[in-house]
Amino acid sequence: MTSRFPTQARFIAVRSTLPPFQRFLDEHREEVWRLLVASVGPIEADDCFQETFISALHAYPRLRPDSDLRAWVLTIAHRKALDTHRGRARRALPVAEVAEVADGGVGSSGPRSAAHAPQPRDETLWEAVHELPARQRSAVLLRYVGDLAHRDIAAAIGCSEEAARRSLHEGLNKLREIEVVLR
Amino acid sequence: MSTIETLLRAAAAPTPSEEERAARAARRLSARAAAEGLAEIAYAPVDSPFGALLAAGTDRGLVRLAFPEEPLDEVLDRLARRLSPRIVEAPAALDPVRRELDEYFAGTRHEFEIAIDRALMSPFARRVLDATSAIPYGSVGTYTEMAAAAGSPRGSRAAGNALGSNPIPIIVPCHRVLRTGGNLGGYGGGLHRKRWLLELEGALTPEL
Repeated sequence: MTSRFPTQARFIAVRSTLPPFQRFLDEHREEVWRLLVASVGPIEADDCFQETFISALHAYPRLRPDSDLRAWVLTIAHRKALDTHRGRARRALPVAEVAEVADGGVGSSGPRSAAHAPQPRDETLWEAVHELPARQRSAVLLRYVGDLAHRDIAAAIGCSEEAARRSLHEGLNKLREIEVVLR
Repeated sequence: MSTIETLLRAAAAPTPSEEERAARAARRLSARAAAEGLAEIAYAPVDSPFGALLAAGTDRGLVRLAFPEEPLDEVLDRLARRLSPRIVEAPAALDPVRRELDEYFAGTRHEFEIAIDRALMSPFARRVLDATSAIPYGSVGTYTEMAAAAGSPRGSRAAGNALGSNPIPIIVPCHRVLRTGGNLGGYGGGLHRKRWLLELEGALTPEL
Protein backbone atom coordinates (compact mmCIF):
# COMPACT_ATOMS: atom_id res chain seq x y z
CA MET A 1 0.00 0.00 0.00
CA THR A 2 1.43 3.39 -0.91
CA SER A 3 0.62 6.35 1.23
CA ARG A 4 0.22 9.92 0.09
CA PHE A 5 1.13 10.93 3.62
CA PRO A 6 4.50 9.36 4.36
CA THR A 7 5.03 11.43 7.51
CA GLN A 8 1.81 10.23 9.04
CA ALA A 9 2.49 6.63 7.98
CA ARG A 10 5.82 6.74 9.78
CA PHE A 11 4.19 8.13 12.89
CA ILE A 12 1.72 5.24 12.97
CA ALA A 13 4.47 2.68 12.45
CA VAL A 14 6.56 3.75 15.45
CA ARG A 15 3.86 4.57 17.98
CA SER A 16 3.35 2.44 21.06
CA THR A 17 0.71 -0.22 20.67
CA LEU A 18 0.84 -1.60 24.19
CA PRO A 19 -2.76 -2.11 25.27
CA PRO A 20 -4.02 -0.18 28.32
CA PHE A 21 -2.96 -2.18 31.39
CA GLN A 22 -6.56 -2.92 32.39
CA ARG A 23 -7.20 -4.72 29.10
CA PHE A 24 -3.99 -6.73 29.52
CA LEU A 25 -5.09 -7.63 33.07
CA ASP A 26 -8.59 -8.65 31.96
CA GLU A 27 -7.26 -10.77 29.12
CA HIS A 28 -4.77 -12.71 31.23
CA ARG A 29 -6.17 -12.74 34.77
CA GLU A 30 -7.76 -16.20 34.44
CA GLU A 31 -4.67 -17.89 32.99
CA VAL A 32 -2.48 -16.37 35.69
CA TRP A 33 -4.98 -17.32 38.39
CA ARG A 34 -5.18 -20.94 37.19
CA LEU A 35 -1.42 -21.29 36.98
CA LEU A 36 -1.06 -19.93 40.52
CA VAL A 37 -3.82 -22.08 42.01
CA ALA A 38 -2.21 -25.14 40.44
CA SER A 39 1.27 -24.01 41.58
CA VAL A 40 0.75 -22.79 45.15
CA GLY A 41 -2.87 -23.68 46.01
CA PRO A 42 -5.91 -21.42 46.32
CA ILE A 43 -4.92 -19.82 49.65
CA GLU A 44 -1.65 -18.35 48.51
CA ALA A 45 -2.75 -17.82 44.91
CA ASP A 46 -4.24 -14.44 45.73
CA ASP A 47 -1.06 -12.94 47.21
CA CYS A 48 0.94 -14.32 44.28
CA PHE A 49 -1.62 -12.91 41.86
CA GLN A 50 -1.33 -9.42 43.38
CA GLU A 51 2.48 -9.57 43.37
CA THR A 52 2.52 -10.83 39.78
CA PHE A 53 0.45 -7.99 38.40
CA ILE A 54 2.08 -5.32 40.60
CA SER A 55 5.46 -6.40 39.16
CA ALA A 56 3.94 -6.41 35.67
CA LEU A 57 2.52 -2.92 36.22
CA HIS A 58 5.94 -1.58 37.27
CA ALA A 59 7.69 -2.96 34.20
CA TYR A 60 4.81 -2.45 31.79
CA PRO A 61 5.73 0.85 30.03
CA ARG A 62 9.23 -0.44 29.27
CA LEU A 63 7.93 -3.47 27.37
CA ARG A 64 8.29 -3.58 23.62
CA PRO A 65 4.82 -3.23 22.11
CA ASP A 66 5.27 -6.42 20.09
CA SER A 67 6.13 -8.53 23.17
CA ASP A 68 4.26 -11.75 23.83
CA LEU A 69 2.34 -10.41 26.84
CA ARG A 70 0.82 -13.78 27.74
CA ALA A 71 4.16 -15.60 27.96
CA TRP A 72 5.62 -12.60 29.79
CA VAL A 73 3.02 -12.46 32.56
CA LEU A 74 2.94 -16.26 33.00
CA THR A 75 6.71 -16.15 33.42
CA ILE A 76 6.35 -13.53 36.16
CA ALA A 77 3.61 -15.63 37.82
CA HIS A 78 5.85 -18.69 37.66
CA ARG A 79 8.65 -16.78 39.43
CA LYS A 80 6.28 -15.55 42.14
CA ALA A 81 5.11 -19.14 42.66
CA LEU A 82 8.73 -20.27 42.99
CA ASP A 83 9.34 -17.53 45.57
CA THR A 84 6.35 -18.82 47.51
CA HIS A 85 7.70 -22.37 47.38
CA ARG A 86 11.09 -21.15 48.60
CA GLY A 87 9.45 -19.08 51.33
CA ARG A 88 7.66 -22.19 52.54
CA ALA A 89 10.91 -24.13 52.47
CA ARG A 90 12.59 -21.43 54.59
CA ARG A 91 9.84 -21.47 57.16
CA ALA A 92 10.16 -24.18 59.79
CA LEU A 93 9.24 -27.51 58.30
CA PRO A 94 8.71 -30.81 60.04
CA VAL A 95 11.94 -32.81 59.90
CA ALA A 96 10.34 -35.44 57.68
CA GLU A 97 9.71 -32.89 54.94
CA VAL A 98 13.18 -31.34 54.91
CA ALA A 99 14.73 -34.13 52.86
CA GLU A 100 12.01 -33.74 50.29
CA VAL A 101 12.67 -30.02 49.97
CA ALA A 102 16.41 -30.53 49.69
CA ASP A 103 15.59 -32.90 46.88
CA GLY A 104 14.05 -30.02 44.97
CA GLY A 105 10.53 -31.19 45.65
CA VAL A 106 7.98 -29.56 47.87
CA GLY A 107 5.74 -31.02 50.51
CA SER A 108 2.01 -30.63 50.75
CA SER A 109 0.49 -27.59 49.07
CA GLY A 110 -1.00 -26.27 52.27
CA PRO A 111 -4.57 -26.12 53.50
CA ARG A 112 -7.41 -25.96 51.01
CA SER A 113 -10.38 -23.72 51.47
CA ALA A 114 -13.78 -25.33 51.58
CA ALA A 115 -15.11 -22.72 49.16
CA HIS A 116 -12.68 -23.85 46.51
CA ALA A 117 -13.90 -27.46 46.69
CA PRO A 118 -11.76 -28.97 43.92
CA GLN A 119 -12.50 -32.39 42.48
CA PRO A 120 -10.83 -35.00 44.69
CA ARG A 121 -9.20 -36.44 41.58
CA ASP A 122 -7.71 -33.05 40.63
CA GLU A 123 -6.53 -32.65 44.21
CA THR A 124 -4.59 -35.91 44.00
CA LEU A 125 -3.18 -34.90 40.64
CA TRP A 126 -1.93 -31.48 41.85
CA GLU A 127 -0.41 -33.05 44.92
CA ALA A 128 1.51 -35.41 42.66
CA VAL A 129 2.60 -32.47 40.51
CA HIS A 130 3.79 -30.56 43.60
CA GLU A 131 5.94 -33.50 44.62
CA LEU A 132 7.89 -33.40 41.36
CA PRO A 133 11.41 -31.90 41.42
CA ALA A 134 11.23 -28.10 40.89
CA ARG A 135 12.14 -27.99 37.21
CA GLN A 136 9.82 -30.84 36.23
CA ARG A 137 7.01 -29.29 38.25
CA SER A 138 7.56 -25.93 36.54
CA ALA A 139 7.61 -27.53 33.09
CA VAL A 140 4.40 -29.49 33.70
CA LEU A 141 2.53 -26.48 35.14
CA LEU A 142 3.68 -24.06 32.44
CA ARG A 143 2.79 -26.56 29.70
CA TYR A 144 -0.57 -27.88 30.88
CA VAL A 145 -1.91 -25.02 32.97
CA GLY A 146 -0.12 -22.09 31.34
CA ASP A 147 -0.41 -23.67 27.88
CA LEU A 148 2.99 -22.21 26.93
CA ALA A 149 5.14 -23.39 24.02
CA HIS A 150 8.38 -25.24 24.83
CA ARG A 151 10.40 -22.19 23.81
CA ASP A 152 8.52 -20.02 26.34
CA ILE A 153 8.76 -22.68 29.05
CA ALA A 154 12.52 -22.76 28.51
CA ALA A 155 12.68 -18.95 28.82
CA ALA A 156 10.55 -18.99 31.98
CA ILE A 157 12.65 -21.67 33.67
CA GLY A 158 15.91 -20.27 32.34
CA CYS A 159 17.16 -23.36 30.48
CA SER A 160 17.52 -24.58 26.91
CA GLU A 161 14.46 -25.64 24.95
CA GLU A 162 15.77 -29.19 24.88
CA ALA A 163 16.24 -29.22 28.65
CA ALA A 164 12.68 -27.93 29.05
CA ARG A 165 11.34 -30.73 26.82
CA ARG A 166 13.33 -33.26 28.84
CA SER A 167 12.03 -31.96 32.17
CA LEU A 168 8.49 -32.08 30.85
CA HIS A 169 8.97 -35.61 29.59
CA GLU A 170 10.45 -36.79 32.90
CA GLY A 171 7.70 -35.07 34.86
CA LEU A 172 4.99 -36.71 32.79
CA ASN A 173 6.64 -40.11 33.20
CA LYS A 174 6.58 -39.73 36.98
CA LEU A 175 2.95 -38.66 36.89
CA ARG A 176 2.05 -41.72 34.80
CA GLU A 177 2.95 -43.81 37.81
CA ILE A 178 -0.10 -42.43 39.62
CA GLU A 179 -2.33 -42.51 36.55
CA VAL A 180 -3.92 -45.75 37.70
CA VAL A 181 -5.08 -44.12 40.90
CA LEU A 182 -6.62 -41.24 39.00
CA ARG A 183 -8.66 -43.20 36.49
CA MET B 1 -2.44 -37.23 23.78
CA SER B 2 -1.67 -39.57 26.67
CA THR B 3 -4.09 -40.09 29.54
CA ILE B 4 -2.00 -38.10 32.00
CA GLU B 5 -1.94 -35.13 29.63
CA THR B 6 -5.73 -35.30 29.26
CA LEU B 7 -6.11 -35.42 33.05
CA LEU B 8 -3.80 -32.44 33.51
CA ARG B 9 -5.67 -30.35 30.96
CA ALA B 10 -9.03 -31.29 32.47
CA ALA B 11 -7.83 -30.36 35.98
CA ALA B 12 -6.52 -27.01 34.68
CA ALA B 13 -9.78 -26.12 32.90
CA PRO B 14 -11.45 -23.03 34.33
CA THR B 15 -14.54 -23.42 36.49
CA PRO B 16 -17.09 -20.62 36.98
CA SER B 17 -16.01 -20.15 40.60
CA GLU B 18 -12.36 -19.85 39.55
CA GLU B 19 -13.27 -17.27 36.92
CA GLU B 20 -15.13 -15.23 39.51
CA ARG B 21 -12.21 -15.47 41.95
CA ALA B 22 -9.82 -14.31 39.23
CA ALA B 23 -12.12 -11.39 38.42
CA ARG B 24 -12.28 -10.40 42.10
CA ALA B 25 -8.50 -10.62 42.45
CA ALA B 26 -8.16 -8.41 39.35
CA ARG B 27 -10.56 -5.81 40.80
CA ARG B 28 -8.56 -5.73 44.04
CA LEU B 29 -5.38 -5.28 42.03
CA SER B 30 -6.78 -2.36 40.02
CA ALA B 31 -8.14 -0.61 43.11
CA ARG B 32 -4.81 -0.99 44.88
CA ALA B 33 -2.82 0.16 41.84
CA ALA B 34 -4.91 3.35 41.70
CA ALA B 35 -4.91 3.97 45.46
CA GLU B 36 -1.13 3.54 45.78
CA GLY B 37 -0.34 5.61 42.70
CA LEU B 38 1.18 2.66 40.83
CA ALA B 39 -1.10 3.31 37.88
CA GLU B 40 -0.86 6.67 36.13
CA ILE B 41 -4.49 6.75 34.96
CA ALA B 42 -7.64 5.52 36.69
CA TYR B 43 -10.96 5.38 34.85
CA ALA B 44 -14.56 4.47 35.56
CA PRO B 45 -18.00 4.93 34.06
CA VAL B 46 -20.01 7.80 35.54
CA ASP B 47 -23.79 7.95 35.20
CA SER B 48 -25.38 10.99 33.59
CA PRO B 49 -28.64 11.98 31.87
CA PHE B 50 -26.76 11.36 28.61
CA GLY B 51 -25.90 7.78 29.59
CA ALA B 52 -22.66 6.45 31.05
CA LEU B 53 -19.78 8.89 30.60
CA LEU B 54 -16.23 7.62 30.83
CA ALA B 55 -14.14 9.58 33.34
CA ALA B 56 -10.36 9.19 33.47
CA GLY B 57 -8.03 10.90 35.93
CA THR B 58 -4.33 11.20 36.73
CA ASP B 59 -2.76 12.21 40.05
CA ARG B 60 -3.14 15.81 38.83
CA GLY B 61 -6.86 15.66 38.13
CA LEU B 62 -9.53 14.71 35.63
CA VAL B 63 -7.91 14.34 32.24
CA ARG B 64 -10.74 13.00 30.07
CA LEU B 65 -14.52 12.81 30.06
CA ALA B 66 -16.01 10.91 27.12
CA PHE B 67 -19.59 10.80 25.88
CA PRO B 68 -21.34 7.40 25.66
CA GLU B 69 -20.90 7.16 21.86
CA GLU B 70 -17.13 7.19 22.12
CA PRO B 71 -15.94 3.56 22.12
CA LEU B 72 -14.25 2.71 25.43
CA ASP B 73 -11.38 0.85 23.76
CA GLU B 74 -10.60 3.78 21.47
CA VAL B 75 -10.62 6.30 24.32
CA LEU B 76 -8.31 4.09 26.41
CA ASP B 77 -6.01 3.31 23.47
CA ARG B 78 -5.56 7.01 22.86
CA LEU B 79 -4.83 7.66 26.56
CA ALA B 80 -2.29 4.81 26.53
CA ARG B 81 -0.57 6.29 23.49
CA ARG B 82 -0.65 9.93 24.52
CA LEU B 83 -0.04 9.65 28.30
CA SER B 84 0.74 6.20 29.71
CA PRO B 85 -0.35 2.57 29.26
CA ARG B 86 -0.50 2.21 33.07
CA ILE B 87 -4.30 2.52 33.03
CA VAL B 88 -6.65 0.72 35.44
CA GLU B 89 -10.39 0.73 36.06
CA ALA B 90 -10.88 2.05 39.60
CA PRO B 91 -14.36 3.45 40.35
CA ALA B 92 -13.41 4.74 43.84
CA ALA B 93 -10.71 7.00 42.36
CA LEU B 94 -13.39 8.85 40.39
CA ASP B 95 -15.82 9.31 43.30
CA PRO B 96 -15.34 13.12 43.55
CA VAL B 97 -16.02 13.49 39.82
CA ARG B 98 -19.15 11.33 40.13
CA ARG B 99 -20.38 13.38 43.10
CA GLU B 100 -19.86 16.78 41.46
CA LEU B 101 -21.43 15.69 38.17
CA ASP B 102 -24.47 14.30 40.03
CA GLU B 103 -24.89 17.65 41.77
CA TYR B 104 -24.41 19.54 38.52
CA PHE B 105 -27.06 17.51 36.70
CA ALA B 106 -29.37 17.92 39.71
CA GLY B 107 -28.98 21.68 39.31
CA THR B 108 -27.46 22.15 42.77
CA ARG B 109 -23.86 22.71 41.65
CA HIS B 110 -22.89 25.68 39.49
CA GLU B 111 -19.12 25.40 39.73
CA PHE B 112 -16.84 22.39 39.63
CA GLU B 113 -14.14 22.13 42.28
CA ILE B 114 -12.35 18.97 41.13
CA ALA B 115 -8.87 19.49 39.73
CA ILE B 116 -8.34 18.99 36.01
CA ASP B 117 -5.25 17.76 34.19
CA ARG B 118 -4.76 19.56 30.87
CA ALA B 119 -2.21 17.07 29.52
CA LEU B 120 -4.34 16.27 26.45
CA MET B 121 -4.68 19.94 25.40
CA SER B 122 -2.30 21.74 23.05
CA PRO B 123 -0.86 25.03 24.40
CA PHE B 124 -3.33 27.00 22.26
CA ALA B 125 -6.25 24.80 23.35
CA ARG B 126 -5.25 25.37 26.99
CA ARG B 127 -5.54 29.12 26.55
CA VAL B 128 -8.89 28.80 24.77
CA LEU B 129 -10.28 26.35 27.32
CA ASP B 130 -8.98 28.40 30.26
CA ALA B 131 -10.93 31.36 28.89
CA THR B 132 -13.94 29.07 28.47
CA SER B 133 -13.71 27.92 32.08
CA ALA B 134 -14.03 31.55 33.14
CA ILE B 135 -17.53 31.87 31.60
CA PRO B 136 -19.91 31.66 34.59
CA TYR B 137 -22.78 29.19 34.87
CA GLY B 138 -25.84 30.56 33.10
CA SER B 139 -23.82 32.82 30.78
CA VAL B 140 -22.44 32.36 27.29
CA GLY B 141 -19.45 33.62 25.29
CA THR B 142 -18.49 33.61 21.60
CA TYR B 143 -15.80 31.88 19.55
CA THR B 144 -14.34 35.30 18.73
CA GLU B 145 -14.07 36.23 22.41
CA MET B 146 -12.36 32.92 23.22
CA ALA B 147 -9.88 33.43 20.36
CA ALA B 148 -9.11 36.95 21.59
CA ALA B 149 -8.66 35.74 25.17
CA ALA B 150 -6.25 33.08 23.86
CA GLY B 151 -4.19 35.85 22.23
CA SER B 152 -5.31 35.18 18.68
CA PRO B 153 -8.11 37.68 17.86
CA ARG B 154 -8.56 36.46 14.29
CA GLY B 155 -8.40 32.78 15.24
CA SER B 156 -12.07 32.11 15.94
CA ARG B 157 -12.04 29.08 13.66
CA ALA B 158 -8.97 27.67 15.46
CA ALA B 159 -10.71 28.41 18.76
CA GLY B 160 -13.74 26.50 17.48
CA ASN B 161 -11.52 23.51 16.69
CA ALA B 162 -9.92 23.65 20.15
CA LEU B 163 -13.37 23.73 21.74
CA GLY B 164 -14.58 20.91 19.48
CA SER B 165 -11.79 18.65 20.70
CA ASN B 166 -12.18 19.59 24.38
CA PRO B 167 -11.08 16.43 26.26
CA ILE B 168 -13.15 17.36 29.34
CA PRO B 169 -16.57 18.56 28.11
CA ILE B 170 -19.28 19.67 30.59
CA ILE B 171 -16.67 20.36 33.30
CA VAL B 172 -14.66 22.61 30.98
CA PRO B 173 -17.85 24.27 29.73
CA CYS B 174 -17.29 24.49 25.98
CA HIS B 175 -21.09 24.28 25.60
CA ARG B 176 -21.20 27.93 26.79
CA VAL B 177 -19.47 29.16 23.63
CA LEU B 178 -21.78 30.22 20.76
CA ARG B 179 -21.39 31.98 17.45
CA THR B 180 -21.55 35.76 17.43
CA GLY B 181 -25.24 36.55 17.00
CA GLY B 182 -26.47 33.67 19.11
CA ASN B 183 -26.31 30.73 16.67
CA LEU B 184 -25.45 27.62 18.73
CA GLY B 185 -22.43 26.73 16.59
CA GLY B 186 -21.17 23.16 17.03
CA TYR B 187 -20.66 20.65 19.82
CA GLY B 188 -18.56 17.50 20.03
CA GLY B 189 -21.25 15.72 22.02
CA GLY B 190 -24.07 16.68 19.61
CA LEU B 191 -25.98 19.95 19.36
CA HIS B 192 -29.03 18.52 21.21
CA ARG B 193 -26.81 18.08 24.27
CA LYS B 194 -25.36 21.58 23.98
CA ARG B 195 -28.94 22.93 23.95
CA TRP B 196 -29.91 20.67 26.87
CA LEU B 197 -26.95 21.84 28.99
CA LEU B 198 -27.64 25.51 28.26
CA GLU B 199 -31.29 25.00 29.18
CA LEU B 200 -30.26 23.24 32.41
CA GLU B 201 -28.12 26.27 33.26
CA GLY B 202 -30.90 28.69 32.34
CA ALA B 203 -28.82 30.33 29.61
CA LEU B 204 -31.30 29.25 26.96
CA THR B 205 -35.09 29.15 27.08
CA PRO B 206 -36.43 25.68 26.32
CA GLU B 207 -37.93 25.40 22.82
CA LEU B 208 -41.63 24.76 22.81
